[in-house]
Amino acid sequence: MDLFEYQARDLFESHGVPVLGGAVAFTPAEAGAAAASMGGRVVVKAQVKVGGRGKAGGVKLAESAKDAEEKAAAILGMDIKGHIVHKVMIAQAAPIEAEYYLAILLDRANRNFLVMASVAGGMEIEEVAHKTPEKLARIGIDPNVGISKEKAREIVLAGAFPADVVDQVVEVLLKLWAAFVAEDATLMEINPLVKTSDGKVVALDGKVTLDDSADFRHPGHEALIDHAAANPLEAAAKAKNLNYVKLDGQVGIIGNGAGLVMSTLDVVAYAGEKFGVKPANFLDIGGGASAQVMADGLGIILGDSDVRSVFVNVFGGITACDAVANGIVQALTMLGDKATKPIVVRLDGNNVIEGRRILNDAAHPLIQQVETMDGAAARAAELAAK
Amino acid sequence: MAIFINENTKVLVQGMTGSEGTKHTARMIKSGTKIVGGVTPGKGGQSVEIEGVRLPVFNSVSEAVAATGANASVVFVPPKFAKAAVIDAIDAKLPLVVVITEGIPVHDSAAFYAYSVEKGTTRLVGPNCPGLISPGKSNIGIIPADITGPGRIGLVSKSGTLTYQMMYELRDFGFSTAVGIGGDPIIGTTHIDCLKAFQDDPDTDAIVMIGEIGGDAEERAAAFIGEYVTKPVVGYVAGFTAPEGKTMGHAGAIVSGSSGTAAAKQAALEAVGVKVGKTPSETAQLMRDILNNKKG
Repeated sequence: MDLFEYQARDLFESHGVPVLGGAVAFTPAEAGAAAASMGGRVVVKAQVKVGGRGKAGGVKLAESAKDAEEKAAAILGMDIKGHIVHKVMIAQAAPIEAEYYLAILLDRANRNFLVMASVAGGMEIEEVAHKTPEKLARIGIDPNVGISKEKAREIVLAGAFPADVVDQVVEVLLKLWAAFVAEDATLMEINPLVKTSDGKVVALDGKVTLDDSADFRHPGHEALIDHAAANPLEAAAKAKNLNYVKLDGQVGIIGNGAGLVMSTLDVVAYAGEKFGVKPANFLDIGGGASAQVMADGLGIILGDSDVRSVFVNVFGGITACDAVANGIVQALTMLGDKATKPIVVRLDGNNVIEGRRILNDAAHPLIQQVETMDGAAARAAELAAK
Repeated sequence: MAIFINENTKVLVQGMTGSEGTKHTARMIKSGTKIVGGVTPGKGGQSVEIEGVRLPVFNSVSEAVAATGANASVVFVPPKFAKAAVIDAIDAKLPLVVVITEGIPVHDSAAFYAYSVEKGTTRLVGPNCPGLISPGKSNIGIIPADITGPGRIGLVSKSGTLTYQMMYELRDFGFSTAVGIGGDPIIGTTHIDCLKAFQDDPDTDAIVMIGEIGGDAEERAAAFIGEYVTKPVVGYVAGFTAPEGKTMGHAGAIVSGSSGTAAAKQAALEAVGVKVGKTPSETAQLMRDILNNKKG
């Protein structure tokens, strides 16, 4: 889960990473009140989980509470790269002397953690890494050793931070590492980390990604989920524990296993080129495709008004195809009149002959069986084009 | 021969007394795997009968190894306890530990992976993987044993069901070993480890490599193929249609910005001469053509 900037700020603050005052506001009036409480001069920042908001006009300096209210009114409701701004952060303004960069992240390639530190802050770090790699220190961290004070100093010196801020940046890095571990984060990035005119080092903007797999030991993370932004179909699927991602096509997809479902989307996309249709969603019903899971999945997909046909693609590994076939038949009985779209089914693998027989015997008017994955994808695409 | 496992591999099941553990222990025994016992902390001294075999249960992997001579384990322990289970197996110096569990926090995987590297005596496969099978010899994990039999193709894949699909497509040829390496951001055994082992295995003639979006493991595997692998390799990559920033089922399957895309992985593989299929069936056909030409 990616956090909003204001959530990242609050999380930093709770772990002792120095930040400036900040508050979230959902209305211009709230923005004005927050600005007043901070002394008037503030920065109004659109809260969207996408980069480039400054260039899009989503970050404005306000000189007074009234100005903040007006700026917030202009920013709220903006569309920044397809993300509608529903809230703004009112951030204390501060005179900045220098901008740095500091981040800890999961390094998939090296299978450990990575600290990146640079005195070239405030811009896209990819750009720094690309144009002036010598200005970006990259140091791997052994998860079982962590970051000691000595290690932190080594990193900060490698990042060529000016002598007058070294001690403070070391302290920030130690706090950030503690937060990274305590919260099960996969990314904690401070960009920019700034030196204010009074010589203090503070985190001005932050990005945090938390590991959803660790939610079981972080009951507090539930409150950070942005329910408002979730697509209603994705929210409904999540409530039923289904692994579903809404896409913008017309062929509904159900399959078992993440890899096979990704592959199914691709095969449908190829087959759909001819018919001008695309996959409508990702839905992995996992290993145990019970009737209830199948009914829940079909229910979500048939509730998507963009869907014109459905492709159920199952390879029976542990799950037997007869169980899947029974699941489909029972799901259609449960759904009754709600099931209105043609459903192309491809079954293969464990107990496939029995599975196909069950679907043939059911002779449901919506179900069509095709024996190969490529053939079934073509059929589903063709049906969606009609 | 085969890679990583063979008919002499003696396997412990960590979490054998749980429902998943019991179910899959029965399946592994049926497919000929030598299961020698289970480990469930707190249940040591008990024994359970699965598929007509009486299996002792131990409190720790070290005790189990001392009593049974096991040289591999398979982990079905829930995410919360998986880290402790894997560390226990590494401490017992088991040469092979296969972690099936899905949903282990990545900080835990990072910790036990680093620990395995530090100790230097354990190969981890997974987590979040279906395991591996050398048909007719040994089957560690949850891959169905009846899809196909022994043969001379090696298969490495991040995905379980795509592994099954590919084994099924090429069932008339059979496999030396098929390894599901798992779809998590941190995994113990990579495409490269398997490619190297298949290249060095005299009983493997050709290799199918299946990848998916996220990270750059396929790109690095491609570079390795260019340097090291002389056996024919065909590839498949899933996730061309995945949108940026969305996790597609597997925790590691995510396109971030312009990195981790299927197109980049395909291009990297093709650049070193690997033929990449557009669909699993087309990929199987590419392999079929290679093997038939070889015969002819």
